[in-house]
Amino acid sequence: MEVCSSDGFNFNVTLREFGCEQSLLSRPDGSSSFIQGDTSVLAAVYGPAEVKVSKEIYDRATLEVVIQTKVGLPSVKERSQEQCVRETCEASLLSSLHPRSSLTLILQVLHNDGSLLSCFLNAACMAFMDAGLPMSCLFCGVTCAIAMDGQVITDPTATQEKESRALLTFAIDSTEQKVLMSSTKGSFSVHELQECIAISQKASEKIFQFYRESVQRRYSKTL
Amino acid sequence: MESCLKIKVGAVLLPGDVFTFIKTDTISLTDTLKDEKIICGPGLRRNGDDVVVCKSGVLRHKNPNLYWVDSQQRRYVPVKGESVIGIVTTKSGDVFKVDVGGSEQASLSYLAFEGATKRNRPNVQVGDLVYAQFLIANKDMEPELVCIDSSGRANGLGVFGAGGLLFKVSLGLVRRLLTPQNEILKDLEKLYPCELVLGMNGRLWVRAATVQKTLIVANLLESSENMTAQQRRTLFKRVADGNL
Repeated sequence: MEVCSSDGFNFNVTLREFGCEQSLLSRPDGSSSFIQGDTSVLAAVYGPAEVKVSKEIYDRATLEVVIQTKVGLPSVKERSQEQCVRETCEASLLSSLHPRSSLTLILQVLHNDGSLLSCFLNAACMAFMDAGLPMSCLFCGVTCAIAMDGQVITDPTATQEKESRALLTFAIDSTEQKVLMSSTKGSFSVHELQECIAISQKASEKIFQFYRESVQRRYSKTL
Repeated sequence: MESCLKIKVGAVLLPGDVFTFIKTDTISLTDTLKDEKIICGPGLRRNGDDVVVCKSGVLRHKNPNLYWVDSQQRRYVPVKGESVIGIVTTKSGDVFKVDVGGSEQASLSYLAFEGATKRNRPNVQVGDLVYAQFLIANKDMEPELVCIDSSGRANGLGVFGAGGLLFKVSLGLVRRLLTPQNEILKDLEKLYPCELVLGMNGRLWVRAATVQKTLIVANLLESSENMTAQQRRTLFKRVADGNL
Protein backbone atom coordinates (compact mmCIF):
# COMPACT_ATOMS: atom_id res chain seq x y z
CA MET A 1 0.00 0.00 0.00
CA GLU A 2 3.05 2.28 -0.11
CA VAL A 3 4.33 3.94 -3.23
CA CYS A 4 7.70 5.55 -3.69
CA SER A 5 7.08 8.18 -6.30
CA SER A 6 10.14 9.26 -8.19
CA ASP A 7 10.51 11.53 -11.18
CA GLY A 8 11.23 8.71 -13.57
CA PHE A 9 7.84 7.16 -12.77
CA ASN A 10 9.47 3.94 -11.69
CA PHE A 11 7.28 3.03 -8.81
CA ASN A 12 6.09 -0.21 -7.39
CA VAL A 13 2.39 -0.17 -6.90
CA THR A 14 1.35 -2.50 -4.14
CA LEU A 15 -2.26 -3.41 -3.61
CA ARG A 16 -3.89 -5.46 -0.87
CA GLU A 17 -4.69 -9.11 -1.28
CA PHE A 18 -7.53 -9.68 -3.81
CA GLY A 19 -10.23 -12.31 -3.69
CA CYS A 20 -13.12 -12.88 -6.05
CA GLU A 21 -15.90 -15.40 -6.54
CA GLN A 22 -18.53 -15.50 -9.29
CA SER A 23 -21.98 -17.08 -9.48
CA LEU A 24 -22.35 -17.51 -5.75
CA LEU A 25 -26.02 -16.47 -5.52
CA SER A 26 -28.70 -18.66 -7.11
CA ARG A 27 -31.47 -16.13 -7.88
CA PRO A 28 -29.74 -13.26 -9.71
CA ASP A 29 -28.64 -13.61 -13.34
CA GLY A 30 -25.09 -12.71 -12.34
CA SER A 31 -23.39 -12.29 -9.00
CA SER A 32 -19.91 -11.81 -7.62
CA SER A 33 -18.12 -11.11 -4.41
CA PHE A 34 -14.94 -9.00 -4.38
CA ILE A 35 -12.53 -8.75 -1.47
CA GLN A 36 -9.69 -6.20 -1.19
CA GLY A 37 -7.81 -6.83 2.03
CA ASP A 38 -10.58 -6.57 4.61
CA THR A 39 -13.07 -4.65 2.46
CA SER A 40 -15.67 -7.05 1.09
CA VAL A 41 -18.56 -6.34 -1.30
CA LEU A 42 -21.27 -8.56 -2.80
CA ALA A 43 -22.76 -7.62 -6.19
CA ALA A 44 -25.86 -9.01 -7.94
CA VAL A 45 -27.08 -8.24 -11.46
CA TYR A 46 -30.58 -8.80 -12.84
CA GLY A 47 -31.18 -8.28 -16.52
CA PRO A 48 -32.16 -7.67 -19.21
CA ALA A 49 -35.59 -7.79 -17.56
CA GLU A 50 -38.97 -6.08 -17.81
CA VAL A 51 -39.01 -2.36 -17.17
CA LYS A 52 -41.77 -0.02 -16.02
CA VAL A 53 -43.13 2.06 -18.90
CA SER A 54 -42.34 5.25 -16.98
CA LYS A 55 -38.66 4.30 -16.74
CA GLU A 56 -38.09 2.78 -20.17
CA ILE A 57 -35.70 4.37 -22.67
CA TYR A 58 -36.59 3.69 -26.30
CA ASP A 59 -33.09 2.91 -27.58
CA ARG A 60 -31.07 1.81 -24.54
CA ALA A 61 -31.36 -0.34 -21.44
CA THR A 62 -32.20 1.43 -18.17
CA LEU A 63 -29.45 0.80 -15.62
CA GLU A 64 -30.33 1.07 -11.95
CA VAL A 65 -27.73 0.82 -9.19
CA VAL A 66 -28.67 0.21 -5.54
CA ILE A 67 -26.09 0.30 -2.74
CA GLN A 68 -26.96 -1.29 0.60
CA THR A 69 -24.78 -0.56 3.61
CA LYS A 70 -24.15 -3.06 6.35
CA VAL A 71 -26.06 -1.04 8.96
CA GLY A 72 -28.69 1.66 8.60
CA LEU A 73 -30.68 3.15 5.74
CA PRO A 74 -29.05 4.43 2.56
CA SER A 75 -28.19 8.12 2.81
CA VAL A 76 -26.96 10.86 0.46
CA LYS A 77 -23.44 9.43 0.49
CA GLU A 78 -24.72 6.12 -0.92
CA ARG A 79 -26.73 7.99 -3.56
CA SER A 80 -23.61 9.80 -4.78
CA GLN A 81 -21.65 6.54 -4.85
CA GLU A 82 -24.50 4.96 -6.85
CA GLN A 83 -24.26 7.82 -9.33
CA CYS A 84 -20.49 7.27 -9.76
CA VAL A 85 -20.91 3.52 -10.30
CA ARG A 86 -23.80 4.02 -12.71
CA GLU A 87 -21.88 6.45 -14.89
CA THR A 88 -18.94 4.05 -15.15
CA CYS A 89 -21.18 1.13 -16.05
CA GLU A 90 -23.12 3.12 -18.67
CA ALA A 91 -19.83 3.91 -20.38
CA SER A 92 -18.76 0.31 -20.76
CA LEU A 93 -22.00 -1.67 -21.18
CA LEU A 94 -23.45 -2.04 -24.68
CA SER A 95 -26.88 -0.98 -23.50
CA SER A 96 -28.14 -0.24 -27.03
CA LEU A 97 -28.40 -4.00 -27.58
CA HIS A 98 -31.28 -4.22 -25.11
CA PRO A 99 -33.63 -1.28 -25.63
CA ARG A 100 -36.68 -0.96 -23.36
CA SER A 101 -35.19 -3.37 -20.82
CA SER A 102 -33.90 -2.85 -17.33
CA LEU A 103 -30.54 -3.81 -15.83
CA THR A 104 -30.39 -3.74 -12.05
CA LEU A 105 -27.14 -3.82 -10.07
CA ILE A 106 -27.32 -4.31 -6.31
CA LEU A 107 -24.19 -3.83 -4.20
CA GLN A 108 -24.13 -4.99 -0.59
CA VAL A 109 -21.35 -3.90 1.76
CA LEU A 110 -20.16 -6.85 3.81
CA HIS A 111 -17.26 -5.07 5.48
CA ASN A 112 -15.76 -1.63 4.90
CA ASP A 113 -12.05 -1.21 5.58
CA GLY A 114 -11.24 1.56 3.09
CA SER A 115 -11.29 1.83 -0.73
CA LEU A 116 -15.00 1.08 -0.76
CA LEU A 117 -15.89 2.81 -4.05
CA SER A 118 -13.18 0.97 -5.99
CA CYS A 119 -14.33 -2.32 -4.46
CA PHE A 120 -17.87 -1.52 -5.67
CA LEU A 121 -16.56 -0.94 -9.19
CA ASN A 122 -14.53 -4.16 -9.26
CA ALA A 123 -17.41 -6.25 -7.92
CA ALA A 124 -19.79 -4.65 -10.44
CA CYS A 125 -17.51 -5.50 -13.37
CA MET A 126 -17.17 -9.14 -12.31
CA ALA A 127 -20.94 -9.41 -11.81
CA PHE A 128 -21.65 -8.02 -15.29
CA MET A 129 -19.23 -10.54 -16.80
CA ASP A 130 -20.90 -13.33 -14.84
CA ALA A 131 -24.35 -12.32 -16.09
CA GLY A 132 -23.14 -12.39 -19.69
CA LEU A 133 -24.11 -8.79 -20.41
CA PRO A 134 -22.36 -7.44 -23.51
CA MET A 135 -19.61 -4.98 -22.65
CA SER A 136 -17.30 -2.95 -24.86
CA CYS A 137 -14.49 -2.98 -22.29
CA LEU A 138 -13.78 -3.94 -18.70
CA PHE A 139 -13.40 -1.36 -15.93
CA CYS A 140 -11.78 -1.38 -12.53
CA GLY A 141 -11.58 0.99 -9.58
CA VAL A 142 -8.40 2.22 -7.87
CA THR A 143 -8.27 4.43 -4.78
CA CYS A 144 -5.28 6.64 -3.90
CA ALA A 145 -4.80 8.51 -0.64
CA ILE A 146 -2.37 11.42 -0.27
CA ALA A 147 -0.90 11.46 3.24
CA MET A 148 -0.03 14.63 5.16
CA ASP A 149 3.61 14.39 4.06
CA GLY A 150 2.71 14.12 0.36
CA GLN A 151 3.24 10.40 -0.02
CA VAL A 152 0.73 8.57 -2.24
CA ILE A 153 -0.80 5.37 -0.86
CA THR A 154 -2.77 3.05 -3.16
CA ASP A 155 -5.65 0.95 -1.87
CA PRO A 156 -5.70 2.59 1.58
CA THR A 157 -7.27 1.02 4.65
CA ALA A 158 -9.85 2.91 6.71
CA THR A 159 -7.23 4.27 9.14
CA GLN A 160 -5.00 5.42 6.29
CA GLU A 161 -8.00 7.15 4.68
CA LYS A 162 -8.79 9.01 7.90
CA GLU A 163 -5.23 10.26 8.26
CA SER A 164 -4.90 11.38 4.64
CA ARG A 165 -5.44 14.92 3.39
CA ALA A 166 -6.95 13.83 0.06
CA LEU A 167 -8.70 10.72 -1.23
CA LEU A 168 -9.02 10.05 -4.96
CA THR A 169 -10.87 7.18 -6.67
CA PHE A 170 -10.56 6.55 -10.41
CA ALA A 171 -12.35 4.10 -12.69
CA ILE A 172 -9.99 2.93 -15.46
CA ASP A 173 -11.02 1.07 -18.62
CA SER A 174 -9.18 -1.94 -19.98
CA THR A 175 -8.67 -1.05 -23.64
CA GLU A 176 -6.92 2.33 -23.47
CA GLN A 177 -6.34 2.79 -19.72
CA LYS A 178 -8.41 5.97 -19.82
CA VAL A 179 -10.15 7.45 -16.80
CA LEU A 180 -13.90 6.71 -16.97
CA MET A 181 -14.87 8.32 -13.66
CA SER A 182 -13.12 10.20 -10.87
CA SER A 183 -14.35 10.95 -7.39
CA THR A 184 -12.11 13.04 -5.14
CA LYS A 185 -12.22 14.41 -1.62
CA GLY A 186 -9.76 16.82 -0.01
CA SER A 187 -7.17 19.24 -1.36
CA PHE A 188 -4.31 18.38 -3.69
CA SER A 189 -2.28 20.02 -6.47
CA VAL A 190 -2.56 19.46 -10.20
CA HIS A 191 0.79 17.66 -10.20
CA GLU A 192 -0.43 15.29 -7.46
CA LEU A 193 -3.61 14.61 -9.43
CA GLN A 194 -1.65 13.62 -12.54
CA GLU A 195 0.66 11.49 -10.43
CA CYS A 196 -2.30 9.65 -8.89
CA ILE A 197 -3.84 9.06 -12.32
CA ALA A 198 -0.59 7.54 -13.56
CA ILE A 199 -0.33 5.34 -10.47
CA SER A 200 -3.94 4.19 -10.88
CA GLN A 201 -3.35 3.29 -14.52
CA LYS A 202 -0.37 1.19 -13.46
CA ALA A 203 -2.39 -0.50 -10.70
CA SER A 204 -5.25 -1.24 -13.07
CA GLU A 205 -3.01 -3.57 -15.07
CA LYS A 206 -2.67 -5.82 -12.03
CA ILE A 207 -6.42 -5.78 -11.44
CA PHE A 208 -7.20 -6.71 -15.06
CA GLN A 209 -4.68 -9.51 -14.87
CA PHE A 210 -6.47 -10.74 -11.76
CA TYR A 211 -9.84 -10.61 -13.60
CA ARG A 212 -8.39 -12.72 -16.39
CA GLU A 213 -7.03 -15.32 -14.00
CA SER A 214 -10.26 -15.64 -12.04
CA VAL A 215 -12.38 -16.01 -15.20
CA GLN A 216 -9.92 -18.62 -16.53
CA ARG A 217 -10.21 -20.53 -13.28
CA ARG A 218 -13.99 -20.39 -13.53
CA TYR A 219 -14.12 -21.80 -17.05
CA SER A 220 -11.42 -24.38 -16.41
CA LYS A 221 -13.98 -27.02 -15.45
CA THR A 222 -15.79 -26.89 -18.76
CA LEU A 223 -12.67 -26.75 -20.93
CA MET B 1 -6.83 -12.25 -38.78
CA GLU B 2 -8.06 -15.77 -39.12
CA SER B 3 -4.69 -17.00 -37.91
CA CYS B 4 -4.82 -14.93 -34.73
CA LEU B 5 -8.35 -16.18 -34.07
CA LYS B 6 -7.35 -19.78 -34.73
CA ILE B 7 -4.54 -19.61 -32.18
CA LYS B 8 -6.97 -18.52 -29.48
CA VAL B 9 -9.59 -21.25 -30.05
CA GLY B 10 -10.20 -22.88 -26.69
CA ALA B 11 -8.79 -19.92 -24.73
CA VAL B 12 -10.79 -17.84 -22.27
CA LEU B 13 -11.48 -14.32 -23.59
CA LEU B 14 -12.65 -11.21 -21.74
CA PRO B 15 -14.74 -8.27 -23.03
CA GLY B 16 -12.53 -5.72 -24.72
CA ASP B 17 -10.10 -8.21 -26.32
CA VAL B 18 -9.49 -7.17 -29.92
CA PHE B 19 -8.47 -9.13 -33.02
CA THR B 20 -7.11 -6.81 -35.69
CA PHE B 21 -6.76 -7.40 -39.36
CA ILE B 22 -3.04 -7.05 -39.94
CA LYS B 23 -2.52 -5.06 -43.11
CA THR B 24 0.60 -6.15 -44.90
CA ASP B 25 2.49 -3.41 -46.71
CA THR B 26 3.99 -5.73 -49.24
CA ILE B 27 1.82 -7.70 -51.62
CA SER B 28 3.37 -10.88 -52.84
CA LEU B 29 3.55 -11.21 -56.62
CA THR B 30 3.46 -14.98 -56.60
CA ASP B 31 0.73 -15.84 -54.06
CA THR B 32 -2.90 -15.10 -54.89
CA LEU B 33 -4.66 -12.64 -52.61
CA LYS B 34 -7.26 -14.61 -50.70
CA ASP B 35 -10.36 -12.90 -49.38
CA GLU B 36 -10.74 -13.75 -45.72
CA LYS B 37 -14.30 -14.20 -44.59
CA ILE B 38 -15.07 -14.76 -40.92
CA ILE B 39 -18.54 -15.31 -39.50
CA CYS B 40 -18.84 -13.81 -35.99
CA GLY B 41 -21.21 -15.67 -33.69
CA PRO B 42 -22.53 -14.68 -30.26
CA GLY B 43 -20.02 -12.79 -28.14
CA LEU B 44 -18.05 -11.30 -31.06
CA ARG B 45 -18.78 -7.94 -32.65
CA ARG B 46 -17.33 -6.16 -35.63
CA ASN B 47 -15.85 -2.72 -34.97
CA GLY B 48 -14.64 -1.33 -38.28
CA ASP B 49 -11.78 -3.59 -39.30
CA ASP B 50 -11.49 -5.27 -35.92
CA VAL B 51 -13.36 -8.08 -34.23
CA VAL B 52 -14.03 -7.21 -30.57
CA VAL B 53 -15.03 -9.66 -27.84
CA CYS B 54 -18.07 -8.48 -25.85
CA LYS B 55 -18.74 -11.43 -23.49
CA SER B 56 -16.41 -13.47 -21.31
CA GLY B 57 -16.10 -17.12 -22.23
CA VAL B 58 -14.25 -19.75 -24.26
CA LEU B 59 -13.63 -19.16 -27.98
CA ARG B 60 -15.07 -21.93 -30.14
CA HIS B 61 -14.64 -22.67 -33.82
CA LYS B 62 -16.63 -24.57 -36.43
CA ASN B 63 -15.30 -25.22 -39.91
CA PRO B 64 -14.91 -23.47 -42.21
CA ASN B 65 -14.92 -19.99 -40.71
CA LEU B 66 -17.45 -19.67 -37.86
CA TYR B 67 -16.19 -18.34 -34.49
CA TRP B 68 -18.14 -17.63 -31.33
CA VAL B 69 -17.69 -17.17 -27.59
CA ASP B 70 -19.24 -19.88 -25.42
CA SER B 71 -20.35 -18.14 -22.21
CA GLN B 72 -22.28 -19.36 -19.18
CA GLN B 73 -25.47 -17.38 -18.82
CA ARG B 74 -28.76 -17.73 -17.00
CA ARG B 75 -30.86 -14.98 -18.62
CA TYR B 76 -32.45 -15.74 -21.98
CA VAL B 77 -32.53 -13.23 -24.85
CA PRO B 78 -34.98 -14.20 -27.66
CA VAL B 79 -33.38 -15.25 -30.94
CA LYS B 80 -35.28 -15.99 -34.16
CA GLY B 81 -35.74 -19.66 -34.91
CA GLU B 82 -35.10 -21.02 -31.41
CA SER B 83 -37.63 -23.38 -29.79
CA VAL B 84 -38.56 -22.45 -26.25
CA ILE B 85 -40.95 -23.48 -23.50
CA GLY B 86 -43.33 -20.67 -22.59
CA ILE B 87 -46.06 -20.25 -19.98
CA VAL B 88 -49.32 -18.64 -21.16
CA THR B 89 -50.08 -15.65 -18.94
CA THR B 90 -53.03 -13.86 -20.54
CA LYS B 91 -55.54 -14.32 -23.32
CA SER B 92 -56.38 -10.98 -24.89
CA GLY B 93 -58.53 -11.01 -28.00
CA ASP B 94 -56.78 -12.99 -30.73
CA VAL B 95 -53.41 -13.25 -29.06
CA PHE B 96 -51.96 -15.14 -26.14
CA LYS B 97 -49.23 -13.47 -24.08
CA VAL B 98 -46.51 -15.99 -23.24
CA ASP B 99 -43.75 -15.63 -20.65
CA VAL B 100 -40.47 -16.96 -22.09
CA GLY B 101 -38.12 -15.60 -19.43
CA GLY B 102 -36.87 -12.67 -21.49
CA SER B 103 -37.20 -8.94 -20.99
CA GLU B 104 -40.76 -8.85 -22.34
CA GLN B 105 -43.57 -11.28 -22.94
CA ALA B 106 -43.94 -12.83 -26.39
CA SER B 107 -47.19 -12.91 -28.32
CA LEU B 108 -48.67 -16.10 -29.79
CA SER B 109 -51.54 -15.79 -32.21
CA TYR B 110 -54.36 -18.33 -31.81
CA LEU B 111 -54.17 -19.02 -35.55
CA ALA B 112 -50.56 -20.22 -35.24
CA PHE B 113 -51.57 -23.75 -34.24
CA GLU B 114 -52.07 -26.76 -36.48
CA GLY B 115 -55.60 -26.91 -37.85
CA ALA B 116 -56.68 -23.68 -36.17
CA THR B 117 -59.21 -21.49 -37.95
CA LYS B 118 -61.30 -18.58 -36.80
CA ARG B 119 -64.14 -20.94 -35.96
CA ASN B 120 -61.97 -23.76 -34.63
CA ARG B 121 -59.97 -22.22 -31.80
CA PRO B 122 -57.15 -24.14 -30.11
CA ASN B 123 -57.70 -25.34 -26.56
CA VAL B 124 -55.16 -23.20 -24.69
CA GLN B 125 -55.78 -21.95 -21.15
CA VAL B 126 -53.91 -19.49 -18.96
CA GLY B 127 -51.10 -21.35 -17.20
CA ASP B 128 -50.53 -23.93 -19.94
CA LEU B 129 -47.06 -24.83 -21.15
CA VAL B 130 -46.40 -24.33 -24.86
CA TYR B 131 -43.41 -25.45 -26.90
CA ALA B 132 -43.08 -22.84 -29.65
CA GLN B 133 -40.61 -21.32 -32.06
CA PHE B 134 -39.70 -17.65 -32.47
CA LEU B 135 -40.95 -16.13 -35.68
CA ILE B 136 -39.85 -12.58 -34.88
CA ALA B 137 -37.19 -11.88 -32.26
CA ASN B 138 -35.12 -8.73 -32.44
CA LYS B 139 -34.23 -6.06 -29.94
CA ASP B 140 -36.64 -3.45 -31.26
CA MET B 141 -39.90 -5.38 -31.60
CA GLU B 142 -42.09 -7.48 -29.37
CA PRO B 143 -41.13 -11.18 -29.88
CA GLU B 144 -43.64 -13.40 -31.68
CA LEU B 145 -44.03 -17.15 -31.29
CA VAL B 146 -45.67 -19.76 -33.51
CA CYS B 147 -46.60 -23.39 -32.89
CA ILE B 148 -46.43 -24.50 -36.52
CA ASP B 149 -43.57 -24.75 -38.98
CA SER B 150 -43.49 -23.15 -42.42
CA SER B 151 -45.55 -25.94 -44.01
CA GLY B 152 -48.38 -25.63 -41.48
CA ARG B 153 -47.66 -28.80 -39.49
CA ALA B 154 -47.17 -28.88 -35.73
CA ASN B 155 -44.01 -31.01 -35.81
CA GLY B 156 -43.80 -31.42 -32.04
CA LEU B 157 -44.73 -27.84 -31.19
CA GLY B 158 -47.86 -26.92 -29.27
CA VAL B 159 -49.43 -27.26 -25.85
CA PHE B 160 -48.13 -29.99 -23.55
CA GLY B 161 -47.56 -30.75 -19.95
CA ALA B 162 -50.18 -32.82 -18.21
CA GLY B 163 -48.24 -34.09 -15.22
CA GLY B 164 -44.48 -33.68 -15.21
CA LEU B 165 -42.19 -31.03 -13.73
CA LEU B 166 -40.87 -27.75 -15.20
CA PHE B 167 -37.57 -26.43 -13.86
CA LYS B 168 -34.92 -23.94 -14.85
CA VAL B 169 -31.26 -24.55 -15.69
CA SER B 170 -28.54 -22.43 -17.27
CA LEU B 171 -28.49 -21.86 -21.03
CA GLY B 172 -25.13 -23.59 -21.42
CA LEU B 173 -26.48 -26.85 -20.01
CA VAL B 174 -29.43 -26.85 -22.43
CA ARG B 175 -27.07 -26.30 -25.36
CA ARG B 176 -24.95 -29.22 -24.17
CA LEU B 177 -28.03 -31.43 -23.88
CA LEU B 178 -29.10 -30.50 -27.40
CA THR B 179 -25.84 -31.54 -29.07
CA PRO B 180 -26.41 -34.82 -30.93
CA GLN B 181 -25.04 -37.92 -29.20
CA ASN B 182 -24.24 -36.20 -25.91
CA GLU B 183 -23.15 -38.19 -22.89
CA ILE B 184 -25.64 -36.87 -20.34
CA LEU B 185 -28.73 -37.94 -22.27
CA LYS B 186 -27.18 -41.27 -23.16
CA ASP B 187 -26.57 -42.01 -19.48
CA LEU B 188 -30.07 -40.82 -18.64
CA GLU B 189 -31.68 -43.14 -21.22
CA LYS B 190 -30.15 -46.15 -19.53
CA LEU B 191 -31.52 -45.05 -16.19
CA TYR B 192 -35.31 -44.53 -16.44
CA PRO B 193 -37.62 -44.16 -19.44
CA CYS B 194 -38.85 -40.58 -19.36
CA GLU B 195 -40.26 -37.82 -21.53
CA LEU B 196 -38.10 -34.72 -21.80
CA VAL B 197 -38.76 -31.33 -23.42
CA LEU B 198 -35.79 -28.93 -23.71
CA GLY B 199 -36.46 -25.23 -24.19
CA MET B 200 -33.57 -23.07 -25.29
CA ASN B 201 -34.61 -20.47 -22.76
CA GLY B 202 -33.20 -22.68 -20.01
CA ARG B 203 -36.47 -24.42 -19.12
CA LEU B 204 -36.69 -28.20 -18.99
CA TRP B 205 -39.80 -30.33 -18.57
CA VAL B 206 -39.58 -33.92 -17.39
CA ARG B 207 -42.12 -36.67 -16.93
CA ALA B 208 -41.25 -40.18 -15.76
CA ALA B 209 -43.35 -43.15 -14.62
CA THR B 210 -43.74 -42.03 -11.00
CA VAL B 211 -43.45 -38.69 -9.21
CA GLN B 212 -40.33 -39.82 -7.36
CA LYS B 213 -38.56 -40.82 -10.58
CA THR B 214 -39.52 -37.47 -12.11
CA LEU B 215 -37.93 -35.63 -9.18
CA ILE B 216 -34.80 -37.78 -9.37
CA VAL B 217 -34.35 -37.06 -13.09
CA ALA B 218 -34.90 -33.33 -12.49
CA ASN B 219 -32.29 -33.27 -9.71
CA LEU B 220 -29.78 -35.21 -11.81
CA LEU B 221 -30.10 -32.80 -14.70
CA GLU B 222 -29.76 -29.75 -12.47
CA SER B 223 -26.66 -31.10 -10.76
CA SER B 224 -24.94 -32.35 -13.91
CA GLU B 225 -24.17 -28.75 -14.81
CA ASN B 226 -21.31 -28.37 -12.37
CA MET B 227 -19.90 -31.87 -12.42
CA THR B 228 -17.12 -33.35 -14.49
CA ALA B 229 -17.94 -36.37 -16.63
CA GLN B 230 -16.44 -38.77 -14.10
CA GLN B 231 -18.43 -37.39 -11.15
CA ARG B 232 -21.59 -37.53 -13.23
CA ARG B 233 -21.10 -41.15 -14.16
CA THR B 234 -20.56 -42.15 -10.53
CA LEU B 235 -23.70 -40.28 -9.50
CA PHE B 236 -25.80 -41.94 -12.21
CA LYS B 237 -24.40 -45.29 -11.22
CA ARG B 238 -25.37 -44.70 -7.58
CA VAL B 239 -28.92 -43.86 -8.62
CA ALA B 240 -29.13 -46.88 -10.90
CA ASP B 241 -28.07 -49.12 -8.02
CA GLY B 242 -30.91 -47.65 -5.98
CA ASN B 243 -28.68 -46.18 -3.27
CA LEU B 244 -30.02 -42.61 -3.49
